Amino acid sequence: MARWREAALPLLLFALLGAAPWIGFGEGYVLTLLARAMILGIAALGLHLLVGGAGLVSLGHAALLGLGAYAVVALDAARITEALWVAPAAIGGGALFALLTGAVAVRTSGVQFIMITLAFAQMAFFTAGSLSVYGGDDGYTLYGRTEILGRRWLEDRLVFHYLCLGLLAASWGLVVAILASRFGRVLRAARENALRVAALGFNPAPYRLLAYVIAGGMAGLAGALLANATEFVAPSYLAWQRSGDLLFMVILGGLGAPHGAVLGALAIVLLEEWLGHWTAHWRLIFGPLLILSVLFLKGGLAGLPAQLRGAGRG
Amino acid sequence: MADSILALEGLRKRFGGLTVTDDVSLSVAPRGIHAVIGPNGAGKTTLIHQISGTLRPDAGQIRFAGREVTHLPLHRRARLGLARSFQITAVLPGFSALENVALAVQAGAGSSFRFFRPAAGEARLNAAAMAALEQVGLAPRAGVKAGALSHGEKRQLELAIALALRPKLLLLDEPLAGAGPEETERLILLLGRLKADYAILLVEHDMQAVFALAEAVSVLVYGRLIASGAPEAIRADPAVRAAYLGEDA
Repeated sequence: MARWREAALPLLLFALLGAAPWIGFGEGYVLTLLARAMILGIAALGLHLLVGGAGLVSLGHAALLGLGAYAVVALDAARITEALWVAPAAIGGGALFALLTGAVAVRTSGVQFIMITLAFAQMAFFTAGSLSVYGGDDGYTLYGRTEILGRRWLEDRLVFHYLCLGLLAASWGLVVAILASRFGRVLRAARENALRVAALGFNPAPYRLLAYVIAGGMAGLAGALLANATEFVAPSYLAWQRSGDLLFMVILGGLGAPHGAVLGALAIVLLEEWLGHWTAHWRLIFGPLLILSVLFLKGGLAGLPAQLRGAGRG
Repeated sequence: MADSILALEGLRKRFGGLTVTDDVSLSVAPRGIHAVIGPNGAGKTTLIHQISGTLRPDAGQIRFAGREVTHLPLHRRARLGLARSFQITAVLPGFSALENVALAVQAGAGSSFRFFRPAAGEARLNAAAMAALEQVGLAPRAGVKAGALSHGEKRQLELAIALALRPKLLLLDEPLAGAGPEETERLILLLGRLKADYAILLVEHDMQAVFALAEAVSVLVYGRLIASGAPEAIRADPAVRAAYLGEDA
């Protein structure tokens, strides 16, 4: 019973996103925004597995996302646009980068982990900027969106909307399942006390590394979707500011439950847009809003219902 | 020596100019309680760290269950059957008491690289965890978050976690520290029951408890073993009285 209650809010959220095009949010630019939020939500879910699950705060998550996007670019430049190739390349690219850099990074924790992930991400960022075949700093415009079995379904806004939603829901289910599994239990335990976990006979490093690789794969997938959403890829995809944005989504959304990452992604993407319409100085409002939410929303957005219930009672 | 579960030979550890473990040789029988006592700063915890594998000795050898383990890391020694409790309680505060123990059961129940089945629903893990909680008398508190348990209950939980590993040797670092009088009494009874089935290396400050429980006592002073033997012999040993018991007696 308790498990159903925990799933109620995320399922409602996915249902709303599914209904969005039919309840007045079907305009092209709104769908573009929602797709962007859902795509970043997929990457944020992977980051939630690291931050909320394993206790590893990464400040280089955008590099994994960028790797996925540049996998699309590399194949596009070779005139390969078939999803059967593009998707595995993007997921594999993110996962491989996570494996290679994670092998070093997961041996550390705390501030060291933040610095190492940031350093690797900056290396990837500058490498992307120097790839003149893919436009260097100017970026690369795709010839077209990825095709699925030779069909250009992704050109259709609604198809793309539901593809993103389906992958978002699947990613959420994956993270929920992993966190509840034996693997996730070791991961969560090592977050609370790594020494205790080692005294039980577990070496935390391979568990953390695998979590990092899974998150890398998810970020790679998100990168491929983002490249398709904008049909353009630039090194800024890998910039540390974007890593910070992803981290903010996860923390604003709430570390207590994976759907917090989805809420955080939606909130930040939509808020950015809404405030941006209002004033050019929207960041001056956005910053304090984030600070207030971190100070007063204990469990993030995902913990808001419980906090309101508690306040109603008290 | 051949039938001991744990044997230390010539163990040495220095921190800078300070020798904290000075040529310690010790052998622990496969059943019963072997206590290590000594004044503050005698190097008891450092010794425990070397046995469990969180610290590497500079010289000497550690044999456990017939194997040399001197250079094995903590988690490998745990796999061989060496369970330790922590001086500062180290239960997982966000996990329920049951899940704390279930994680220990999981360590000995096949691979933990399983990703899709909810671990909290695994009856086999929960049943064994519940049995360990019953052994220490904590079963009624199984569902409570470990962070919300009383200090004494946390110490009981530490024991349940160690027992769930079905260890060959229990390393208990001051299991009575900070427990109230009633809790202490309960824990002493519990340790008395456990020593029939387990080898226990006990580091403890509570002299009454030590002499009531232990089959063998070793006395550590400034990193050096000054005496080792049956409790009565240790109590009568003039060197021990001078160095240590004098403070208390």
